[in-house]
Parts: sequence; C-alpha cells; structure tokens
Amino acid sequence: MSGGFFDIPSDLQNTYWGLVGLHLREALIPVVGGLVVALPIAQLCVRLRWLYPPVLWVTTILYAIPSLAFFVVLIDYTGQTETTVMIPLGVYSLVVFVPAIVDGVRSVPQETLDAATAMGLGPVRRYFQVQLPIAAPAIIAGLRVATVSSISLVSVGMLIGNQGGLGNLLNDGMIYHQPRLVWLSVVGTAVLAILADALLVLLRVLVTPWMPRGTRKPRPVDEPEPMQAALEDAAR
Amino acid sequence: MFGVLIRIDSVTKRYPDGTVAVDNLSLEIPDRSITVFVGPSGCGKTTTLRMINRMIEPSEGTITLDGKDITQQPVNTLRRSMGYVIQNAGLFQHRTIVDNIATVPRLLGWSKDKARARARELMERVGLDGALAKRYPYQLSGGQQQRVGVARALAADPPVLLMDEPFSAVDPVVRKGLQDELLRIQEELGKTIVFVTHDIDEAVKIGTMVAVMRTGGHLAQFAPPAELLSNPADAFVEDFLGADRGIRRLSFFSSAGLDLLTTPIVAVDATAEQIAERSAKGAPYLLVTDVDGKPLGWSEPDALTAGAIDPARLLAHGRPFEHGKDSLRAALDCAVLSPTGWAVAVGADGRVAGVVSQQTIGEAIRTAHAEGRSGAADADDAEVVG
Repeated sequence: MSGGFFDIPSDLQNTYWGLVGLHLREALIPVVGGLVVALPIAQLCVRLRWLYPPVLWVTTILYAIPSLAFFVVLIDYTGQTETTVMIPLGVYSLVVFVPAIVDGVRSVPQETLDAATAMGLGPVRRYFQVQLPIAAPAIIAGLRVATVSSISLVSVGMLIGNQGGLGNLLNDGMIYHQPRLVWLSVVGTAVLAILADALLVLLRVLVTPWMPRGTRKPRPVDEPEPMQAALEDAAR
Repeated sequence: MFGVLIRIDSVTKRYPDGTVAVDNLSLEIPDRSITVFVGPSGCGKTTTLRMINRMIEPSEGTITLDGKDITQQPVNTLRRSMGYVIQNAGLFQHRTIVDNIATVPRLLGWSKDKARARARELMERVGLDGALAKRYPYQLSGGQQQRVGVARALAADPPVLLMDEPFSAVDPVVRKGLQDELLRIQEELGKTIVFVTHDIDEAVKIGTMVAVMRTGGHLAQFAPPAELLSNPADAFVEDFLGADRGIRRLSFFSSAGLDLLTTPIVAVDATAEQIAERSAKGAPYLLVTDVDGKPLGWSEPDALTAGAIDPARLLAHGRPFEHGKDSLRAALDCAVLSPTGWAVAVGADGRVAGVVSQQTIGEAIRTAHAEGRSGAADADDAEVVG
C-alpha cells in the first residue's frame, strides 16, 4: 500500500486529502447555516402554534425538490460553484432541524418555565438559559441526522463540474475505468459520516451531564437513525 | 399582632371565554406570617397566588405590596423580590443544585462565588447535605428536590415567599417532614408566606391565617385555623373541614393544663410497702417504671409482687405524650389507645411525669372549649402545639 493508492487523476487538480477537506466544507457549512436559520423559525413556531404545521409543510416540500432542479435554477445566479451545491443542502437540513428544535423546546416542562418566569427571567433569558440548554439533546439528535445526510449528499455536486468533493472521484472512476477511485469515494464518504456522527455523540455526552445515564436519548421513538436516513438520502 | 404586607382589593379575574376564576376578592395578607389559600380545584387559589407576582394580571381590582401598587415597578424586579416554590419543584434540570439555588442572586448581579456561597448556606438551612451541591436534579429524591425548590426561593432573601402546592407531590411522611421544616425555617426567618394547598389538614397545620375558597373564586372564610375549626362560617366550610374537626381542633390546646396523677406509679424495684401504699389510693392500675423513671407498663396492683416484677408481663403503656409540649389531641389519642384508658405523660427527658385518665382529659377539653369560645381570636390560639 504505497502512496500510489491515494493518487488521483490530475484533472481534479487536487490531492485526496484536499478533496476530503473540500467535501467536509461543502457538507458542514450548509448544516451550520441551516441550524442558524432554523433556530428563529422554530422559536416562532413554538410561540405561534398555528405557524408550525404550514412551516413543516413548506420544509417538506423543499426537501422533495431534487438537488438537480435546485442546480438548474441556481447556476444562473451562483454559477458552477460550491455555493450552488451548498444552498440546497442547507435548505434540506431545515426539514430535520425545525421539528427537532420545536420538539426539544416544547419538551421543557411547564413547571420549569413557570419557575423561570416567577424568578424574573424575561423571555430572552428564559430562551437562552432554560429552553435552549434543555432542548440541546434533541437539537444534537437533529444535528446528527442533518450532518450525516449532508455528507452523503455533497457528492451530487459532481454533476455541475467537479463540485462534489469526494463525489468527483465517482465520475473519474467511470471515465478511467478505475474501481479504486470509486472505492476511495464511497468508503471515504462513509468514514467521514461515521466520524462526524461519533464526534456529535461525544459532544452530546459532554454538554448534557445533567441527563440520567442510560436515557441520553430524549425521545427514542422520534429520533431517526442517522445512518439509515443517510442511506435513504444517498439514493436521491 | 402583624402589619399588612399584601392587600388584595376587590380583585376579579375573568377570562375572555367568560369564566370567572376569582370573583371580587378582598383580603389582607399579614406580614411575617403564613397565609394559606385552601379550597377544591377550580376555586381560584392558584390564580390568586399568580396575580400577586403578576404571572396573571387581574381583570379588575388592585393588589398592593407594602402599600405600593404592584404594577408600579418592573415586573421582573417584582418577581425577584418574591420567592416562588411550585409543585414538583420545577428545578432547572440542566443546572447543578448549587447553581439552581443561585439563580436569582445571579440575576441580581451577584458574583458567581458569592451566589454559590449563599446557595451552600441555604442548602444547610433547608436540611440538605452539602455533598449534593454538585449533583443534578435527577439524582435527588422528590423530597430533596422540593427542599432545593425552597432554598432557591429563599436565595435572594426576598420578603415574600409564594408557595403553590409545594408539598402535594411527595408521600405523606416526606410531606410532614417538609411542613415541619417550613415552620422551623419560618420561625428563623419570619417571611411573609402565601401558601396554596387543597389539603385542609396542611392548611390548619401551617397557616397563621387560612382563606377557604370555594368554586367560582369566592372567599368563604378568612380566619386563623383554630377559629375556622370552632366557628366555620357556613355549611361549605364545615363540610370542607371534614367530620373530625372537633378532634382536630384539640391540636390547638396545650396539654400543660392537665392535672396529672403521680400516685399510681411504682418503680420496678419497689418494696412491698410502696406497692401496698400506692394501691391503697384506690387506683385500678399501677404504672411500673424502670429505675430511671421511664415507663415500662401497666399492671393491676394485686398482680405485682415486690422484688419480682416481670416487665414482660405488664400491659403495654402505648405511646406517651410530652406534658406541656404535646396538645390535648395527642393526650387524648394516648388515652384512647391505652389498654387501661389512662394516658402516660412524660417530660422532655422521657421520664414519667404522671398519668391522666380519659375522664380528666375530657374535662380539660370542655374547659378549653369554654375558654376558646370566650376568646376565639386569642393570639395563643394560633399556635399549633404538637
């Protein structure tokens, strides 16, 4: 196993590890962006109950739009760039984040909220000091699904001219009849997803020392298995 | 006896759907005492409590705190000056015990160290082991969590404490402990406590004043517990107090006035002469004590042989009452449960102070009731004895 195993065709103008870095950047920036956008949307849905069903409906519709359709529209504005790949990924993450945050914030017991109000915490303090920390396990559960799914979806960026990170190797593998490149792409993507997921599990353990041991999953029924969701996404 | 701290003046709470939760309520909550709102569910007691810290705004009427309308200051300033204890404690599950307690001091801008030092001091005051400071709420029992709730409410030393059914969710034994602890803390701190409960026994036990409310948000009666038990305002209050209010009222009379008999008592090492002398007084039973004077049991005088008294063959004496400290209710209970019909009175050291018959206790009750009627609102009446 010399360095030759990781050699990749020169048309990609990158090393394997360069592609890994690109892949991570294209996968993670949309997740962070999606989270930032989803937090205020979810808070609105918590405060205005009637808003939640239509918002869920819209995020689901957006999720149903194939990324290719997004690319066709976006290329006119953002060209054949990473941005064009990242925008749909960020939009897709909303379908996971909004319900995760809404359910997490709603899971804060009424008496805890009453106690916070009665102690003189205004709405802003109550949100940041009580609701958000208690919703953290649910939000991190959503973050796991969104991250793993985003990592697998980046590959599709290959279609707009080698903007798919490790996915670019799939195309080269076919052109040059080199199964090795396909393996490098598929296994590399899977390893990234598994590592990212493991880091998020570790993050959850670190930020929730207050949860009873053995019940670190807040709502096991509602929480989809991240890897399974990713496989479903990969089929898109 | 007390000043007025909180004045509720013609307050009505009406919801948009027409439901009236509190109907034209007026009463004055005395300073440095425990005022209990009690009543069946839907009587508006919790609504009333929440109007005091403006978690609910009244539709009509005003509430003043120390003479000032509560709407005249920022709502969060008002709330931080009132401790709040809630059923199931409502602790912040993501914060350690010490940080839960330090919440309001931190909001008031105390440094972290000072707030935590204060929190540890309060843990001790409410009877919590300091080793629990770094634990999280899920690691504590229900009773311990409720103590944390009380400590958290006291943290910034507010003059007012609002307690909304704080002990309803714990088992009876723990509840009794928490009630006793609250009375002890109140003795030390002298807060103005407004307490909501649906349990009339709890209300009678801890209240300096009790407001009985009925469905629809009406005040049925506002009186000290002893007066409530002796003079219920109407059939609703009487019914709510339950069938044994006469017996329960005895809790408010001290056993200090009972005339104890000291003659029918012999020590386990008594001589034949002593036994003969004590029996000659005509008592049907003699109480045998050990050499220290602690009760062993009852016996008929004829069954006692000097120098050969077998403690195992004596009749059980039942639980004795502490003369002067326990109430007439406790004394009567001891007499009723005693196989001989006589109650054993002991001093604080556990030694027998004397014995008393059911008949004597009955006479003391009649006397106490007669005195109670002539001075129902007497200050001494309001103290629960034992």
